[in-house]
Amino acid sequence: MSIDDKKISKAENVAGKTNVRSTEPITEMTVSQLSRLLQARSITSVEVVDAYLKEISLKEPDVHSYITITAELARKQAEKVDKLRAAGQQLPALAGIPAGIKDNICTAGIPTTCASKMLEGFVPPYNATVMEKLAAQHVIIVGKTNMDEFAMGSTTENSYFKKTRNPLDLDRVPGGSSGGSSAAVAANEAAFTLGTDTGGSIRQPASFCGLVGMKPTYGTVSRYGLVAFASSLDQIGPLTKDVRDSALVLNALIGQDSLDSTSVAHPDSDFTSDIEGGVNGLRIALPKEYLSGGLSDDVREAVLNATKHYEKLGAHVEEVSLPNLKYALPAYCVISSAEASSNLARFDGVKYGYCAQDYEDIDQLYKKTRSEGFGREVKRRIMLGNFVLSADNYDAYYKKAMQVRTLIIKDLNTIFDRFDLIISPVSPTTAYKLRDKVGTPLEPYQDNLYTVPANIAGIPSLSIPCGKDSQGMPIGMQLAGKAFSEATLYRAAYAYEQSMKGGK
Amino acid sequence: MASIANYEMVIGLEVHVELKTATKLFCNCPTTFGAEPNTQCCPVCLGMPGTLPVLNEQAVNYAIMAGLATNCQITHFSIEDRKNYFYPDLPKAYQISQLDLPLCHDGYIDIETEKGDAKRIGINRIHIEEDAGKLIHEDSKGTFIDCNRGGVPLIEIVSEPDIRSAEEANAYLQKLRAIILYTGVSDCKMNEGSMRCDVNLSVRKKGETSLGTRTEMKNLNSFQFIMKAIEYEFKRQVESVEAGEAIVQETRRFDQQSGKTFSMRTKGDADDYRYFPDPDLAPIRISEERLRDLSSKIPVLPDQRKQEYVKQYEMTPYAAEQITMQKEISDYFEAVVENTNYPVLAANLIQTEVMRLLTQDEVDIPISAANFAGLVQMTGDGKINSSTSKKVLNMLWEKDQNPVELVRKEGLEQINDKDELIEIARQVVTEQPKLTADYRKGKTAVLQALVGQVMKKTSGRANPVIIKEAMVEILEETEEQA
Repeated sequence: MSIDDKKISKAENVAGKTNVRSTEPITEMTVSQLSRLLQARSITSVEVVDAYLKEISLKEPDVHSYITITAELARKQAEKVDKLRAAGQQLPALAGIPAGIKDNICTAGIPTTCASKMLEGFVPPYNATVMEKLAAQHVIIVGKTNMDEFAMGSTTENSYFKKTRNPLDLDRVPGGSSGGSSAAVAANEAAFTLGTDTGGSIRQPASFCGLVGMKPTYGTVSRYGLVAFASSLDQIGPLTKDVRDSALVLNALIGQDSLDSTSVAHPDSDFTSDIEGGVNGLRIALPKEYLSGGLSDDVREAVLNATKHYEKLGAHVEEVSLPNLKYALPAYCVISSAEASSNLARFDGVKYGYCAQDYEDIDQLYKKTRSEGFGREVKRRIMLGNFVLSADNYDAYYKKAMQVRTLIIKDLNTIFDRFDLIISPVSPTTAYKLRDKVGTPLEPYQDNLYTVPANIAGIPSLSIPCGKDSQGMPIGMQLAGKAFSEATLYRAAYAYEQSMKGGK
Repeated sequence: MASIANYEMVIGLEVHVELKTATKLFCNCPTTFGAEPNTQCCPVCLGMPGTLPVLNEQAVNYAIMAGLATNCQITHFSIEDRKNYFYPDLPKAYQISQLDLPLCHDGYIDIETEKGDAKRIGINRIHIEEDAGKLIHEDSKGTFIDCNRGGVPLIEIVSEPDIRSAEEANAYLQKLRAIILYTGVSDCKMNEGSMRCDVNLSVRKKGETSLGTRTEMKNLNSFQFIMKAIEYEFKRQVESVEAGEAIVQETRRFDQQSGKTFSMRTKGDADDYRYFPDPDLAPIRISEERLRDLSSKIPVLPDQRKQEYVKQYEMTPYAAEQITMQKEISDYFEAVVENTNYPVLAANLIQTEVMRLLTQDEVDIPISAANFAGLVQMTGDGKINSSTSKKVLNMLWEKDQNPVELVRKEGLEQINDKDELIEIARQVVTEQPKLTADYRKGKTAVLQALVGQVMKKTSGRANPVIIKEAMVEILEETEEQA
């Protein structure tokens, strides 16, 4: 990532000081760079969009980031932005910038499939609230990104349509479930993307592809129009090339929504304002439970190096213990499956989406439609969810898992009484080869070992690159803070990112 | 069948009432009854992917008002749960309802049966939930779904198993309906389905305390059918038990034509609804202030009025119960008694003639309270007799007008002049030698027939008390002469 960073900082200088057209390829620029150039009218949105569409046509045959590409619509939107700017209108920071949207976020008039046969060809007549927000910013939508079916998985191999490859090594997975979103940004097929994170589905693919991925505080980004996997855990967030981009995009996404009863107002409105504040005096906790188990040596070393680096920058790092963390993953499996079993029950072939042919009665219609329309992983979780919610098992599984959830929240709150942040790896390993984990249904869950507590507790958590392994694949570290502490996370992540850039 | 007297029925009722909110429980679609199919739905109530419910606070207010009016405790922290099952009229494949923490619990209502038995029926709970859509089966074309009703707010009022007869069930339902109509939170129209009733019934030998296996009869849509279904099901269960057969816990359908109940499906493993708290909805928190505000909106309820009527007007409890059952009728009664000294007479007229003239569910009386009071006053003062009173009431029903003028114009005043009546009575005695002879032989019952003859000659205007006195005097007089 050091080479990329150098390019970016060079481009920033050029663009920032002279407003002269950079020689940097457009698609390698950050959102902030593009934003500056567009606002200065050094480049047009049509130029930007065309550059990305060209990149998409070059990369897609190998990477397969997208399920749907909306080239025509993107050009039209870009022309409109250029026209408004030419007419002298001041547009928001993200205006004219191309983005990819995970295919479980409803886009009016554009197919939204959740990478499932069940929703093949489904075109929602309504926008998700985040799409309305991006539209208000005049963001250009270039396509809908691939994912694990209904966001269940951590490799994007569970897509009904295609398998997305990691652009940094095409033999490897891009992570998941927002693997199309991470691959698209890493392959320069979008300036940023939206992903969704139920147990790590933004942070793990971001780390696999060397990106910044943010899962915001539960409720701060509206879930209206996000096809639910597990309602109490799902959050939408950005995948970006750097920390400032992430903050810029999140600025546009937050806001209480009258269409989502679980949404809350964020006390902050601009996450870039304090981003350069540094980490002097920041208290960082390092839970020892996060450094044991199946963690690879490269990842452990990279995270420990990062903690040392933070100390050098003036932060105070201390090892702590979170004894109940080991129950987070089993609790997550139970809660997410339970909610999914109910959320996905509506796909019955009666109203929209896939409908089985040849059935004799309503029961057969349900059974055939759902047997044929869902993939293996989805069916496995539906069955698990129905099992843990059934009258005989409810107390032993679902109720118990909810009690564990309360314990974990308590544990984390105790930590946050004394610390500003928790640092940890994102994932036990870096990106692995495709099909490596197929055939062991439980193993992909292990990828979420470190990420699920943030979902369980509803706290913000981001993933940021912290080096490379012996194979040259990026390693991600995770920063998590108490609810609404996004600004602190960004400040800490930005300090690290900048200092690493300077060091090389 | 001699042994049916040894058994008693144990009944619990589950009543669904549609709340009169302008919009649905979780979206802004209108709730108007009778719209074209599928014209009152949106992505939210159709359960489209990604959509989310947002609770209608007015529905919560209405549910709480129903709870307050039925003496319930109100839950300050209540949860909405998902009830999961597949059915084509349920687009999300789960109904948002309440399981462990309903909005209202532990209430009661007092009932009075026709026989004059007063009883308190416990209310276990009142919870809030969304209605399902409607399936329309058309023989030649298949089954259609109308989602207009889907998402309309309902409350389910679950009674304790305190009901022991069809009459009690009827009295409970009438009273419940009256209370809810008074609060104004529902229009409770059984024919439009805004009030529906499921009956849980089991039988046991009198004196036993444990409960038998119950059956559930669903969606009975009139009070009359509910009573019939209860009578039939009681008999059926007693016969089964007497024959040594076990009662199967099942849902039964009441057939209106035959008056019998039939098994629909047995409750088995299939009915595991996998309830769990809906993660899309925050818990419902009710503040003391909100509760106070809602309490202040509860009007004077039928029981309070009933007690006032019994005390103030010396009406029987049953008559007072009947008058107060419908708020509009009760309001009308109160307007009438302000202008007359004869409240009991007014109540009687309303209960008999007015109730007869009003068709089911109708409450609009086409006679102004002042004119009605005038009629009552004339009757009470003896200016017209009771049969004329009824006749005039019917005339006013056709065309509302001043009853005093009407009576004068039509010459309907009561003849109270004893001399005039004696004259007519003499004529009758002469014309009816046989009746007169019978009376003399001691068949005093024929007096009524003789009085009737006088009535006939006066076109019903004679004062019946005075005729009777006159007639007896004449008959005894002629006897003496003979």
